[in-house]
Amino acid sequence: MIEILLADRCTKCNICVRVCPTNVFDAVAGEVPVIARQEDCQTCFMCEIYCPVDALFVDPDCDGPVEVSPAEIAATDWPGQYRRDSGWGRWRHVHRNESWRMGPIFAEAFEILGIPRPPSFPPDTQKAAPPSVPDTEQVRDAQ
Amino acid sequence: MTSQSMAPLELHADVVIVGGGLAGTWAALAAARQGGVVVLAEKGYCGTSGVTATAGVGHWWVPPDRQARAEALRERQARAFGLGEESWMSRILSQTWELLPTIGGAFRFPTDDDGVTQYRTVRGPEYLRAMRRLVKRAGVRILDQSPVLELLVHVDGSVAGVRGVQRQAGVDYQVNAGAVVLSTGGCGFASRLLGSQNNTGDGYLMAVEAGAELSGMEFSSYYTLSPAWSTMTRSMSYLFGTYFDADGNEIISDGPLRPEILARAMLAGPVYTRLDRAPERIQRQMPRVQPNFMLPFDRKGINPYTDLFEVTLRCEGTIRGTGGLRIVDDDCSTTVPGLFAAGDAATRELVAGATSGGGAQNSAWALSSGTWAGQAAVAYARRAVRGTGTPAVAAGGVGLRPRREARPVDTRAVVAAVQAEMHPYDKNMFRSADRLRASLSELDAAWDEVSGHLRATGVDAIRAREAAALVASARWSYTAALAREESRGMHQREDTPATDDSFTHRILVGGLDRIWISPERGSGSTDLADLADATEGIAS
Repeated sequence: MIEILLADRCTKCNICVRVCPTNVFDAVAGEVPVIARQEDCQTCFMCEIYCPVDALFVDPDCDGPVEVSPAEIAATDWPGQYRRDSGWGRWRHVHRNESWRMGPIFAEAFEILGIPRPPSFPPDTQKAAPPSVPDTEQVRDAQ
Repeated sequence: MTSQSMAPLELHADVVIVGGGLAGTWAALAAARQGGVVVLAEKGYCGTSGVTATAGVGHWWVPPDRQARAEALRERQARAFGLGEESWMSRILSQTWELLPTIGGAFRFPTDDDGVTQYRTVRGPEYLRAMRRLVKRAGVRILDQSPVLELLVHVDGSVAGVRGVQRQAGVDYQVNAGAVVLSTGGCGFASRLLGSQNNTGDGYLMAVEAGAELSGMEFSSYYTLSPAWSTMTRSMSYLFGTYFDADGNEIISDGPLRPEILARAMLAGPVYTRLDRAPERIQRQMPRVQPNFMLPFDRKGINPYTDLFEVTLRCEGTIRGTGGLRIVDDDCSTTVPGLFAAGDAATRELVAGATSGGGAQNSAWALSSGTWAGQAAVAYARRAVRGTGTPAVAAGGVGLRPRREARPVDTRAVVAAVQAEMHPYDKNMFRSADRLRASLSELDAAWDEVSGHLRATGVDAIRAREAAALVASARWSYTAALAREESRGMHQREDTPATDDSFTHRILVGGLDRIWISPERGSGSTDLADLADATEGIAS
């Protein structure tokens, strides 16, 4: 569950308040947001990926709160781990999106298990040309 | 922010989309591209809410090559156990192939090691962020943090819009609309399945209150592995696991493909795994393939490839089950005029039958059904032959307007009662008439309490309606499971372990205080020779 909001990193942008799918944060005028409904947290880590300054920490224990100290967490790379590995923000040009490897990895797993791969896990890479589609919608906004 | 009630917000639209996950965003985009005035109402945030946001999203992605498509359909039909429709499968293959690349203007599809653009598998957070951009750019008004509580209906029974609450502002709102698309997701029965907490069956409840029907609710017994203490139900890496009991005896290696064996072991004691068959190369790639998979392990100081850790199986309910709102036409309309269903809120029996479609098929279905529902909803709203100009009434009952005297009801206890009947493997995965009846008796009691006495308003109504929808979904699920006196696909009855040809049809269910059940006439293909002993689909 959400455990820590590192106040000294927080810029009061309130993105976490906006994006939390289960509404655990409350905005506070002129202050950093507060974790107002921790028990509603669904441990999805979405607030971490959206936080531009790595100020949030979600503990993986989904059954209840745990004791963690802000100082301990601040010393780790955990608050920025999800955003970094996703290549968001300042990691945009550093980390490649390799989601396409899921196909080959599934294939390898089935091979190791010695089980024929169901056709619903199709060829590793899709070499066939995709349909040509006019790219009418160019990105204009950054976010 | 508190929940003081202010003046209600009232909006007008051609179409209101309820739920802003994968199906809802595709529906909103399709409706707006048809020129409709569209409002999208989302319980959480459109972009992070729902089970797509946290997933690796594979699509059922087969080139328009005659042989490849025929083979894909044949393979899928064999696992549908007579309840799928080849025409629907074929339609979603075509639709997905044509439509997915069109978001390329807002979404950078990854390229493989050879520089070839890869469309099939994308990451949830980026995918939904892109869909949100496209939806906004198309002029859709998004209401985030705005759970819909109930449908509005005209006196002739056609839908008139929705009523909900903006939970951060504490403002009740209403959208008057010519048509409504329900894309509220499946029901995960509060199982801590990754990203599923908002998926409480709200859409089923509000639709049934307006007279809609459900189909395939017995197909709600799929389970996915995760660490015992974590929500991380990304199943791919568990294929590399070796599974042990508490004494260190090896149970199985292909665990995710045979959850019933792991479940039996878990009923006897804790089960552990380590993902020791994962090649080192894949271990190194994982953070860039599935960036959230390692988060729980790193933070617990566990190396999942070398250390044993306890696992559990989390109930998917109708998320990777296949039941949902009954669809009566190619345009994803329901039996209620002006009401359409898309994504996991709709039955996926048409494309998956009695076994899980897995993430890939569900994504193709979400994209396709969302698109068809969005387009049809605009067309319906423009025809506006029904209901227009007549008064609209709120259709919601349970949790809002009790049948007897209002008094406090502990909604947490109600949710706990649902969990106690829907999660245990020996109740839901391994079913029997006796145990289903016993569960239904508990669930009926919970329903009686909630529908009889709970009256919630403002933001309190959100939890009340969620609790009510969970109980209702559980009752529909087990009533259908009791009626299907056989075993088929994921629905396994210990008292009737064989597949019975006389049940090769879909089962419809509906009603609130009194639940009705009925075979769907003309559904299903009885060619049991086609049924293969195939493994269930898994993905992400």
